[in-house]
Amino acid sequence: MALQIISACVNCWACAPLCPSQAIYEASPHFLIDPKKCTECDGDFTETQCASICPIEGAILNSQGMEVNPAGSLTGIPPEKWQSVMAEIRAR
Amino acid sequence: MMELPVIGQSVAAPAKGGCASSSCGSSDDQLSHLPESIREKVHNHPCYSEEAHHYYARMHVAVAPACNIQCHYCNRKYDCANESRPGVVSELLTPDQAIKKTLAVAATIPQMTVLGIAGPGDPLASPERTFKTFEELSRTAPDIKLCVSTNGLMLPEYVDEIAKHNIDHVTITINCVDPEVGAKIYPWIFWKNKRIKGIKGAAILIEQQQKGLEMLVARGILVKVNSVMIPGVNDEHLKEVSKIVKSKGAFLHNVMPLIAEAEHGTFYGIMGQRGPTSAELRGLQDACEGDMNMMRHCRQCRADAVGLLGEDRGDEFSLDKIEAMNIDYASAMEYRAQVHAEIEAKLQAKQEQKAQFVPLSSLHPQRKYRSVLMAVATQGSGVINQHFGHAKEFLIYEASSDDVRFVGHSKTELYCSGGDSCGDEETTLQKIIRALEGCEVVLCSKIGYEPWGALEAAGIQPNGEHAMEPIEEAVMAVYQEMIAAGKLDETEDVAYAHAS
Ligand code: SF4
Ligand code: SF4
Ligand code: SF4
Repeated sequence: MALQIISACVNCWACAPLCPSQAIYEASPHFLIDPKKCTECDGDFTETQCASICPIEGAILNSQGMEVNPAGSLTGIPPEKWQSVMAEIRAR
Repeated sequence: MMELPVIGQSVAAPAKGGCASSSCGSSDDQLSHLPESIREKVHNHPCYSEEAHHYYARMHVAVAPACNIQCHYCNRKYDCANESRPGVVSELLTPDQAIKKTLAVAATIPQMTVLGIAGPGDPLASPERTFKTFEELSRTAPDIKLCVSTNGLMLPEYVDEIAKHNIDHVTITINCVDPEVGAKIYPWIFWKNKRIKGIKGAAILIEQQQKGLEMLVARGILVKVNSVMIPGVNDEHLKEVSKIVKSKGAFLHNVMPLIAEAEHGTFYGIMGQRGPTSAELRGLQDACEGDMNMMRHCRQCRADAVGLLGEDRGDEFSLDKIEAMNIDYASAMEYRAQVHAEIEAKLQAKQEQKAQFVPLSSLHPQRKYRSVLMAVATQGSGVINQHFGHAKEFLIYEASSDDVRFVGHSKTELYCSGGDSCGDEETTLQKIIRALEGCEVVLCSKIGYEPWGALEAAGIQPNGEHAMEPIEEAVMAVYQEMIAAGKLDETEDVAYAHAS
């Protein structure tokens, strides 16, 4: 069982020092979690630490491959609103 | 024509010669109420002293990447928006690289007095990197002042560490003291191993900020408070914030405008929250003025800014260029001391000249003219020395019968970007004119024919006759010309009925 950092990661470094299992490491193009080391914080914290501080929606997946912080859950921006504004910007 | 030589004229100043305002006469008098110990610390700090920012340089190093809260005006793809303008990405440095860069800059730009860590995230969310940099620099460049900026969440925990490294300036961004307002600005914080959302999170952040402020003041560390003005969210509330942080001992309160563009992908940008107009910003700054001295020349510099305020020479100090530099640190420090002494002498002379500044109202107590805002294009040194088309920002001064006062700055886009398009960029010019809203005169070293016409049409008189003259003298001279030409006559009936 392990969490996974994917390409949305912006390399902000927030997660790495918090990991109780030293599972997170700097890599290119973005930080990664060593699945052999990740304990999902079990026994250390009630919440997975990396996913609790990560500011980027969709950057971390749980063991089922689901986004721990889906679109809109951290910024409060409704996903439809985001889509329509981005479409507007592209159309300019 | 009236002849009103103002500077240096030996007319006995009246006992209370129009100096009701704390900023009378000298724009640096915003510091004059401060105890000597604080003035000593800030007089050569470009961010804290309006006077110093014309002469002294600062730099930021981007060593602290992480953050522990979310602000609605920030997108963590970019640098911390509390300190930088949004949409900027600084190159992250390791503490060792940052130390090298600082020493290289301090050797190349001897006007440098200040090194700050302000990002690209929250410096106290990466405490090891931040304090390693400070520790090393306080040893190798002891003449450089150190400062740090923070959202305040972790301040109480690190106050003692801050005191240990001899950091005597801390900036806290405080946007509210009411958790309900806070919940509209901060969607979540990371606190004691949990993400905490909404009012509960905002309440903790506010408590930590206030506690941190009190602890810093108790240790004699200077605290500046920054606030981001968000119209309809905290604009009215900031007046209360200003009162509270002042009563707790912050020595400066700096209100900055929200900058929100959809392109930045921030909550406010996407949701269409607007920033304040220049006039609204000045209005709030004025409203807070009675409570606290404001810092109107702040440029919201990027987390890796280098040079004088308003300029950025960061490109000269990329990592490979620093690597190639051969620096004698000891002699660089000696040279710095020499350059600083020369600047001090210059400022001293200016101060003495200003002491003889006679308010216009004392010469003509029967007449009180309305005040006039003027925009100035300058590249530093306190003189009018920039072409209108090369100005990326304008300093705004207010001339009145009592004094000439620096009231802020307006950022613009470059009017002249060179090439063929120069001169017919209608939209850019219109933007500049909007940024100069409320000003009646723009002073610059030179100006092209086309912008001249457009400015005049917008009711802003361009003036290139005072090139290379000291700003305040030139502004006063133009003000007097306006009086002499009868342009300010509409209020001539406002006589000093109660004058002695
Ligand atoms: S879930 Fe916990 S153990 Fe796994 S990487 Fe994240 S912080 Fe480390
Ligand atoms: S906190 Fe998120 S964005 Fe930052 S480095 Fe970790 S995974 Fe990447
Ligand atoms: S504190 Fe700075 S980096 Fe953190 S969310 Fe706010 S603006 Fe962004």
